[in-house]
Amino acid sequence: MTSLTPTTTSTPDEGDRQLVLGAEPVARTQWQLFRRRFFRHKLAMFGLFILVVLVVCCFGARWIAPYKNVPDLLADPAGPSGKHLLGVDLVGKDFLTANLYAGQISLKIGIFVSIISTIVGTATGAVAGYLGKASDQLLMRLTDLFLLLPPLAVLAIALQKFGQSEFAIVLVLAGLGWMGIARIVRGLVLSLKEKEFVEAARAIGCSRTRIVMRHIVPNLVGPIMVNASLAVAGAIIAESTLSFLGFGISPPKSSWGKLLADGKETIATKAYLIYFPGLFIIITTLAVNFLGDGLRDAFDPQAKH
Amino acid sequence: MISYITRRVLYSIPVLLVASFITFVAVRLTFDPTLKFRQLRDQTAFLRTKKQFGLDKPIPIQYFKWLGRVLHGDFGTSTRTGGAVWPMLTRALGFTVQMIFWGMLVALVLAIGIGVLSALRQYSVGDYLFTGLSYIGVAMPPFWFGLILIQIFGVWLKTKLGWDKPPLNFVGLHSTGSKGINLDYLRHLVLPVLTLSVQLVAQWSRFQRSSMLDVLSSDYIRTARAKGVSRRDVVWRHAFRNALTPLVTDVATQAGGLMGGLVITEAIFSIPGMGRLFIDSLQQGDVYAVLGFMVVTGVFVILFNLIADLIYGVLDPRVRLA
Repeated sequence: MTSLTPTTTSTPDEGDRQLVLGAEPVARTQWQLFRRRFFRHKLAMFGLFILVVLVVCCFGARWIAPYKNVPDLLADPAGPSGKHLLGVDLVGKDFLTANLYAGQISLKIGIFVSIISTIVGTATGAVAGYLGKASDQLLMRLTDLFLLLPPLAVLAIALQKFGQSEFAIVLVLAGLGWMGIARIVRGLVLSLKEKEFVEAARAIGCSRTRIVMRHIVPNLVGPIMVNASLAVAGAIIAESTLSFLGFGISPPKSSWGKLLADGKETIATKAYLIYFPGLFIIITTLAVNFLGDGLRDAFDPQAKH
Repeated sequence: MISYITRRVLYSIPVLLVASFITFVAVRLTFDPTLKFRQLRDQTAFLRTKKQFGLDKPIPIQYFKWLGRVLHGDFGTSTRTGGAVWPMLTRALGFTVQMIFWGMLVALVLAIGIGVLSALRQYSVGDYLFTGLSYIGVAMPPFWFGLILIQIFGVWLKTKLGWDKPPLNFVGLHSTGSKGINLDYLRHLVLPVLTLSVQLVAQWSRFQRSSMLDVLSSDYIRTARAKGVSRRDVVWRHAFRNALTPLVTDVATQAGGLMGGLVITEAIFSIPGMGRLFIDSLQQGDVYAVLGFMVVTGVFVILFNLIADLIYGVLDPRVRLA
């Protein structure tokens, strides 16, 4: 049944049609095509580069950061200077160092929330869509229920119960973030299982597992990956918002959102404490979004946007 | 049509009930609203207060008692302020509705305008500019944008330009003693509404642009052009109306998210709306106020989704609601 997995010769949108007479058209699998399109997507490569730099700098902060991540009560808070590129914060830490260490938490939260919510959402959506009927109704009502729960209340309650740890924040954000992807996957599965190629597979006697694994799942990978990448950005922003409202990570740990929350008190005199953590967040989410766009274009070259 | 509406409403009632039950139990188990009465020297007074708020019974019973009262229009008594919850809710809702109204209006007008213009002038300088801005708008935490606005209007204009009275205010929706819709109101409104709508404009304008482009490249537009319909009629009568449909669903599904955005906006700009009420109540375990908030926002979310479906049917008559 391999013939049902689409194998294409080079396509017109590649921009590299084989014009040389007599040249054999090269057969490429979908995966190869995807990889080519993705690695030629300039914005996505730019985003990937920025992300790699951020991840390396933040998680390598122990070796890269210009100062130690400890308060220095003798140092006065001051704006950016040659010695302290992003200035010195209220407790006398070098602000660049503080931001790099905070980035560890923000990035970790973003990545793990995305992974967990994608897995939960995909599973729920796929089961609902494929089984249909009663299980579909049940799971979709469950999704509605989660959409109605006030996120902040859930979060405040969970943090009160489990302590303001990264783990609790990740669990709660993931627990509140899987509904979107579940709906998308359900919709896709619903339409895919009516498609001719699935019917054909069924007609020639493919098992249920084979139909799901071989014909439905490969068609879901694109939208799921796009959503997962965007979920990273969403989670980072959500975490920063929670920290800002006072429901976030507890000291001595810090995140970009926590830095912003700390800085808002001195907005009148030390605005740089607001600017830089915000810029870190924007740069990260921008890079992630570029990456997501690249993935989408690579998976679905016909999609307009 | 009517049966459709009824069915949708009936479907959402159990969901709302379960959600309120979960919230009730969770809030009651986590936060203790009797904390401040514990200090009462007189134990009988403490028990009396507990009884007065109906907190002496098992939690599920408390919930059903609350539910029974809600069905009679009584949302209970706030354990935080000792006042009835319903007037608190309506007062807060007044501010929040103003924010939602202006926020949605500004966001929709800007987003549709930007989206349609970018689509009509695809790959022009303006299109690239708005694309870039929308990328930043989506990537930016909204509260950060609010803080920057405050920094500019509250601090920068004073220290750098020496303006004593900045043209835009950032505390509340009115100066003390001022009421109604006037210049003062508008000056208070601009910054919070901008904060609330910046992300929506960024998202929706992209959405509108792509759906407009989709429509413009469809066959019936080519047909209309071919038979000699003027460009203006093609754009506005054929394309624009059809390009609105996808946006409507997107707008409605984000109504819930808008409530979340309000919590932040109200916190930054000290607007005593639902978001503020919610946070203050939650932190003090004021379970009746939290539930009141939940019911009202839940009804809003359901209502928005319903309205979206109805508008969808109007914009696209092929969609039959049955």
